Amino acid sequence: MDPQNRYENVGWTRKTTTKRVEMTTQETLAVAAPVRSRRRRRGGLGAYWLLVPAIAVLLIGEGYPLVRQVIMSFQEFGRAQQFGAPPEWIGLDNYRELFADAQMWGVVVRSLVFCAVNVALTMLIGTGFALIMLRAPRVPRVLLQVSMLLCWAMPVIAAMTAWQWLFDSRYGLINWTLTNLGLGDFTRHNWLIEPLSFYLVATVIVVWMSVPFVAFTAYAALTQVPEDALEAGQIDGANAWQRWRFIIYPSIRPALTIVLMLQIVWDLRVFAQIHYLQGVGGVPSETHLLGTYIYTLGVGQSEYGMASAFALFVLVLTLILTGRYVHALLKAETV
Amino acid sequence: MSTDTLAADTRVRAGTDRARTRRLRRSTRGRLWGAVAVTIALVWAFPAYWILNGALQPVEALRSPTPSFVPTDFTLDAFGRVLDGDFFASLRLSLSVTLICVALAVVCAFVAAVAISRFRFRGRVSFIIVVLTIQMIPPEALFISQYRMLNDWNLYNTIAGLSLLYVAAVLPFTVWLLRGFVDGVPVELEEAAMVDGCSRVRAFFTITFPLLAPGLIASGVFAFLQAWNEYTLAVVVMEPDNRTLPLWLRGMTTVSNEAIDWPAVMAGSVLVAVPVIVFFMIVQTKMTQGLVSGAVKG
Repeated sequence: MDPQNRYENVGWTRKTTTKRVEMTTQETLAVAAPVRSRRRRRGGLGAYWLLVPAIAVLLIGEGYPLVRQVIMSFQEFGRAQQFGAPPEWIGLDNYRELFADAQMWGVVVRSLVFCAVNVALTMLIGTGFALIMLRAPRVPRVLLQVSMLLCWAMPVIAAMTAWQWLFDSRYGLINWTLTNLGLGDFTRHNWLIEPLSFYLVATVIVVWMSVPFVAFTAYAALTQVPEDALEAGQIDGANAWQRWRFIIYPSIRPALTIVLMLQIVWDLRVFAQIHYLQGVGGVPSETHLLGTYIYTLGVGQSEYGMASAFALFVLVLTLILTGRYVHALLKAETV
Repeated sequence: MSTDTLAADTRVRAGTDRARTRRLRRSTRGRLWGAVAVTIALVWAFPAYWILNGALQPVEALRSPTPSFVPTDFTLDAFGRVLDGDFFASLRLSLSVTLICVALAVVCAFVAAVAISRFRFRGRVSFIIVVLTIQMIPPEALFISQYRMLNDWNLYNTIAGLSLLYVAAVLPFTVWLLRGFVDGVPVELEEAAMVDGCSRVRAFFTITFPLLAPGLIASGVFAFLQAWNEYTLAVVVMEPDNRTLPLWLRGMTTVSNEAIDWPAVMAGSVLVAVPVIVFFMIVQTKMTQGLVSGAVKG
């Protein structure tokens, strides 16, 4: 039997054991006939073979590093290790040191606040834009959609260069505009040196980047809101707020919930934006968020143990936050 | 929407004065919303315009105290300055990593999607849950040990190492995306072909496979966008002498701000962004559907 046929018999029939590999295709069809209507086959080992490449890639690229990270988080990487000594087991010391570290908690709190502010702004503005798309006539709506699509498509670093230039202390358009509007003297004002102002710039950029996704998803959901329900509401004399609160919002809520959860996770991982801004003028030690802090601990200071422990903390935090997303997806899709 | 509601309104209360005033109010309102939409569109797209505007001007124009809002001193010099050896080295690196990532991700995801969509087997749902969970792991949460791993395997600062991390990073979402496409092709089509004498493999490749082409393209483009734009892992596992395009672009802006050649930076941004924007337009709808599938479908 040639390999292709073997594949066919093992993988693509409803048989449950590999012993019947020798079956001819005709026999297989005869056996299969009664259950034809069932959508999914009971595969033998075939299905598993098909999963091998994906599982192998995920094991090497994600699984192994994860296991290794857990191990590293229990180890000490000091000066001796830099000269080749094997890492030393220190149990939970990394975690103890980490959780007693005020700077680490500072980073965690800052990240959570940054995430909360950004998510809230993104959701509000995005949903608002979606409502505007819904109400605007065709041409302005398409214009708005094209603009959103353009910003969404923009590679993150290309967008960062534009924003860096807009906020540039000397040649930036923002300083020029503020000065010329008479809002004070912003000549050579440096936006990145003060942590709060640094986060303001980061927030503007992150919100600008994230709004299009929210706007499009919310708009897609809004177009599904049943027209007759809205009409009925109008006849019953519901005002705009009541229509939003009792008709529109409940029907777009499932979509918004999923977007909200994705947004939370995405706004916790703003490594690129923060790292970029730190590189062009921010003070790293005062502006770290989760990602850049792990990077500095691990790659910068070779504190692999501490960095691993902190990264695992971030991982667990993310998984807790996304558990509901995965659950919602599984529930929504019949898997 | 407003016209539909308007029509419905008119049907319900045809001829009444109330409807007429309402319609009037609606259309002024519509114009108002239109104006708001156009304003937002212009504000939001402004940074994109600013990149293009900057790329087409000479350095002196961008260093003058008053900004020039349109490229009056139009010139393409900036592109000439930017298209040097560094750029092409980075382009080669980015293309290699991206193409490897796309090829591997599409092939692995395709067979995995066929498995979870067409078969029932023990561990199927667990596999899906693992895939969805991995998709949510931020690169920040694993990059330290990935960095150490590549170091140990002598893959640090290599195309192979970076591609490996990229494939693993995009695979979960490509599997999920393709699964939806395979689900969308009815098994009955294949079975009909088999009744007509096709083998199962042949039926799959002649009937189902062509119908999956849009899905394969969408997932390939998704992998392309991810790998092409990726910054975080490239910062961690690549050295400054071996930069992908995003790192190259950033490299031009980390000098002191008096010395930054803004037109060149903007020209670089245009070069990096154009292929992305083109590809993005192709797959945008599919990607959104993949991310929120279920929620919007209702």
